[in-house]
Amino acid sequence: MAIATVPGTGIDVGSQAPQPPADPRRARRNRRIKDNLTGYGFLAGAVICFAFFSWYPMIRGVVMSFQRTRRGETTWVGWDNYDRIINDPSFWIAWKNTLYFTVLALILGYAVPFFLAVLLNEFRHAKGYLRVLVYLPVMLPPASALFLFKYLAYDPSDAGLFNAMLKAVGLPTSQWMQSADMTMPAMVLASTWMNMGGAILIYLAALQNIPGELYEAAELDGAGIWRRITNVTIPQTRLILSLMAMLQVVATMQLFIEPLILANGAGTQDSATSVVYLIYQHGFFQNDLNGAAALGVIMLVALIGFSAVYARLNAKQD
Amino acid sequence: MAQISETRSLISFAQVSRGRGKAIYWSLLITVLIVFTLVFIGPLYWMVTGALKSSPELAQTPPTLWPSDPQPANYSDAWERLALAKLLFNTVYYALGALAFQLVLDTAAAYALSKLRPRFGNIVLGAMLATLMIPAMVLIIPQYVTVIDMPILDISLIDSPFAIWLPAVANAFNIFLLKRFFDSIPEDLMSAATMDGAGSMRILWSIILPISRPILGVVSIFAVTAVWKDFLWPALVMPSPETRTISVGIYAFSGGTPQNVVVAAAVIAAIPTIIFFLIFQRSIMSGLTAGGLKE
Repeated sequence: MAIATVPGTGIDVGSQAPQPPADPRRARRNRRIKDNLTGYGFLAGAVICFAFFSWYPMIRGVVMSFQRTRRGETTWVGWDNYDRIINDPSFWIAWKNTLYFTVLALILGYAVPFFLAVLLNEFRHAKGYLRVLVYLPVMLPPASALFLFKYLAYDPSDAGLFNAMLKAVGLPTSQWMQSADMTMPAMVLASTWMNMGGAILIYLAALQNIPGELYEAAELDGAGIWRRITNVTIPQTRLILSLMAMLQVVATMQLFIEPLILANGAGTQDSATSVVYLIYQHGFFQNDLNGAAALGVIMLVALIGFSAVYARLNAKQD
Repeated sequence: MAQISETRSLISFAQVSRGRGKAIYWSLLITVLIVFTLVFIGPLYWMVTGALKSSPELAQTPPTLWPSDPQPANYSDAWERLALAKLLFNTVYYALGALAFQLVLDTAAAYALSKLRPRFGNIVLGAMLATLMIPAMVLIIPQYVTVIDMPILDISLIDSPFAIWLPAVANAFNIFLLKRFFDSIPEDLMSAATMDGAGSMRILWSIILPISRPILGVVSIFAVTAVWKDFLWPALVMPSPETRTISVGIYAFSGGTPQNVVVAAAVIAAIPTIIFFLIFQRSIMSGLTAGGLKE
């Protein structure tokens, strides 16, 4: 990784001894030095912030995961932290839950926004209104939206919105977050409602860039609506579709606030514990920042591995 | 009609402008309008009215569509019990500070990388963009450890607004957006100014920034909403009741507070974002697609 080239190391300008050679050359060199210095001056603020809050923590995270700090004393402990975290009874449960959430969110949260965008793109009226509508939940603070779901929609008695609606149409009601089986689908539903708008708007922008002649030609060839979607719309937006799939997987794997608020963390029979929640637990409640850092490294390796494999597969397809 | 000039989409204009096509188009549009309004505004209505219900009414089966005995006191209760004025002030303060730091430092950095191009600039840019590959939650522990005991400086930023402002600057996406915009500004514009003896600062201030208003707007909106929506980071670095953000404050109080009061607080926390969105919706929508997705 490019981390090795941390901040400001580029400033080796001072090492050039001041000499009085031929005039134009010296002037040019002085100018170059001055330009470089101005450049570094403009860069400095952001570089310092990156150094402290991004580059250094990346290294620190890896280093920490091989250390143990107890009563102010830090020692190297090899793979002990990894050992401990993998043997945590919640470790595999957290991964299983997180993957389950990711897959469910892909099924619900990936195809649905795309088809909604295709549908919305056909309307020539109320365009602005519909766009504002779908993006509205994205603007809400997630904590606000999740309390709405928790107290007013997922109420396990029949006083909740969802149970009242299910009852009204004669379907069986659900225990929602109190039921280990419903916990994940309920979290995916809330999360999709909160986040779908961004994806819809990005797809809409991509759809608008498809040249109309392609649809024209397909229609002349006798392609129906479905054929036009599969033969024109999807191939034309393939790049954005595959990019969004990757971004979505990386985002949903970081599941945290939904279990924290909707399920009070672990949820019924550990059905909500996510990997990031486990990091939070170890770091801030079990006084085990080193174990939490190790789990962070495991997650990083998993996500980067996924992205690399995904990008590779995608490149092959082309 | 103006619509004629648009490029056609999946279904041609001719098909939906007469006869059966027209009927299907309109019935579909009306259905979508009703369903979308229910799905996206319905929950907000439910939230605002839910917070107006008394506790027994909230537990009543079936739920009432409109509170039979509205209790506006729930809102004032939430305002006082959770000290929402203070929490709102904190959140606005952190958001505006993060905005100022990002505008100044990220703009300066993007300008340096795009126009001044010092030696090793590309390596710095690469190292910044590499952070986009790292999911935020993965870094939360080492970032926290860094903030409680800053290397070199030996100070703790806990409960200091800098713990929110400075990490916000380390935003590679902003720098990428700004740099790409600056790259599109022709050099000729600047060389004329250089001839006249204008320095780098002067060029940035009076040539680059005025042209860049749209992208600066986009970056500003992202900066403000990111702070407003963030939860885990402010929960960790702003732990004291006096320094909390509104989301964290509501969560902290949710345990011992009646549900209708918590929901009332959640509504109050959401109102500023909704107003902000309605004012800036145009820039927000265009900003969303600015991230290199459109080209």
